[in-house]
Amino acid sequence: MTQAPPPPSPVAHLELKAALLLLLLLALLVGSALYLMYARGTFEETQRLVLVADDSEGVVVGMDLTFSGFAIGRVRRIELAEDGNARVLVDVPRKDAHWLRTSSVFTLVRGLVGNTNIRAYSGILTDPPLPDGAVRTVLRGDSSAEIPKLVAATRDLVTNLTALTAADASLANSLANVQATTERLKGPNGALAVLFGNDRDAKKIAATLDRTNALLARIDGMAAKADAQVFGADGVMPEVRDTVVQLKALLGETRASLKKVDAILDDAQAIAGSAKAATTDLAALRADVEANLRKIEHLVNEVNRKWPFARDTELKLP
Amino acid sequence: MRVTTASVGSIGRLGRAVVHWLAGWWHIVHFGALIGVLALSPSSYRRENRAAIARDLVLDTAPVLVWFTLLSSLISLVLIRIVVVTAQSYGLSQYALQMVVRVLVLELIPLTAALFVAVRCTIPNGVEIAALRNRGQLDALRAQGIDPMSREVLPRVLSGLISVAILAALSGVVSLVLAYLAVYGFTPWGFVGYTRTVGQVFSPAVTLIFAFKTLMFGLAVSLIPMGSALYDAAGSRSRTSAELRGLVRMFALILLIEAVSLVGNYY
Repeated sequence: MTQAPPPPSPVAHLELKAALLLLLLLALLVGSALYLMYARGTFEETQRLVLVADDSEGVVVGMDLTFSGFAIGRVRRIELAEDGNARVLVDVPRKDAHWLRTSSVFTLVRGLVGNTNIRAYSGILTDPPLPDGAVRTVLRGDSSAEIPKLVAATRDLVTNLTALTAADASLANSLANVQATTERLKGPNGALAVLFGNDRDAKKIAATLDRTNALLARIDGMAAKADAQVFGADGVMPEVRDTVVQLKALLGETRASLKKVDAILDDAQAIAGSAKAATTDLAALRADVEANLRKIEHLVNEVNRKWPFARDTELKLP
Repeated sequence: MRVTTASVGSIGRLGRAVVHWLAGWWHIVHFGALIGVLALSPSSYRRENRAAIARDLVLDTAPVLVWFTLLSSLISLVLIRIVVVTAQSYGLSQYALQMVVRVLVLELIPLTAALFVAVRCTIPNGVEIAALRNRGQLDALRAQGIDPMSREVLPRVLSGLISVAILAALSGVVSLVLAYLAVYGFTPWGFVGYTRTVGQVFSPAVTLIFAFKTLMFGLAVSLIPMGSALYDAAGSRSRTSAELRGLVRMFALILLIEAVSLVGNYY
């Protein structure tokens, strides 16, 4: 059996110290409790604001409603309304409520990292203040909700790109064809070979062109000849001009003949009453007129023969 | 036949061990209930008992109060600095405060305070009680008409409990102040934002769990060494193993309380 330890030395002001310790504990507990109640806004006079959102994901009780980066309210409750929308009940202290106006806009933004933010924007601070219990629809801007869409779109894009750039894809085939085409463009027959697909047809085209050139040269010669024939020194036109001159002379002769006839007729009229004996002269005159008429007919025939446009004027190529 | 006998013997030993283990826990629970009744009955706070409670409280708490507060402040400062700098380097400084408050005030400080009180006060107190019991002084007290539970055991349990509460509360407050100073510096302009952050962390459920956890830590470190000293010594071959058993029980219970509180906070 061990020896009993010596009795503990008496502590001065024992009761007082114990009471101080207990008081310290009490003060710490009460002070902490009061501070926490103050921190959670128990002592603030608040007004209620109801934000209606179609999705309250990320909203938690106790989170802040911020205005210009300053917290002016905290979410007190989240409930599901009859119409399926989420109702976020926010308590705004009266001293901060003047920042919220009837024209204020509320947004619910989810960041990529971190929690959701509810923000208030008051564009016109002279509008009437927001009444207690006001219900406002919150605008949602969800950057992370866009990510799945973005990822899906990107995946489609990448799939298409992969399909395009695959070894047996149409783009690769097209590029190969383009390459083959450019090779043939650089070849001896060039674009013609590309157009007709084989060298034989391209050569035919080249031969056709050569023949066309030769044909054009011949046509050119023929045109020169025709020019010489029509307008040359021995051509048709000088002859026509001569014929016209002759015709003019003939017409002059004819006019003289007709004047003679006129004179003869005058004479005949003058002598008609008494000129039975003069019929022999008449016969000679008649023969003269007939000869003149035959000359005119001959001349007209000659003109008709030599006049180029009266005949068939179409120029036929050989 | 021999194999069967051996297996029956091992099963019997296993059964005895389980029964012994359950009996140990039952003794602790019974002891806790007894102390609870005593702590709630006014007769335990008569003048002599009050003097004993005051003596134990002052002797247990006062010497460690300053040291523990300084030590925890130092560790808190280091942790706060690490968390804040790391969060800033990731561009998440707005979440650093919440993390500091959660990690330090909610989790680390109550645990540290409980373990500190256990090592510094309640385990030595348990050893003292065991020594008194072995020397027969408890029986001597009972022979004088003095209830040894009220006179010797209850003051030590109460002092352990209050010690844990005071150390945890004081260190928590100091850590909150240090966190404010580390983040905002010596300026009053961060107070509103800081208060808001603290208010967000200490939701009613979290506060309740925090208070309950601290109380449970205090009960665990106060009751188990004392109960082990009172009940385990008789059946054990040596004092050391009984103390070790008490320690193991205490750590297991603290672990369980911490796990339950974490589940309550974050699930």
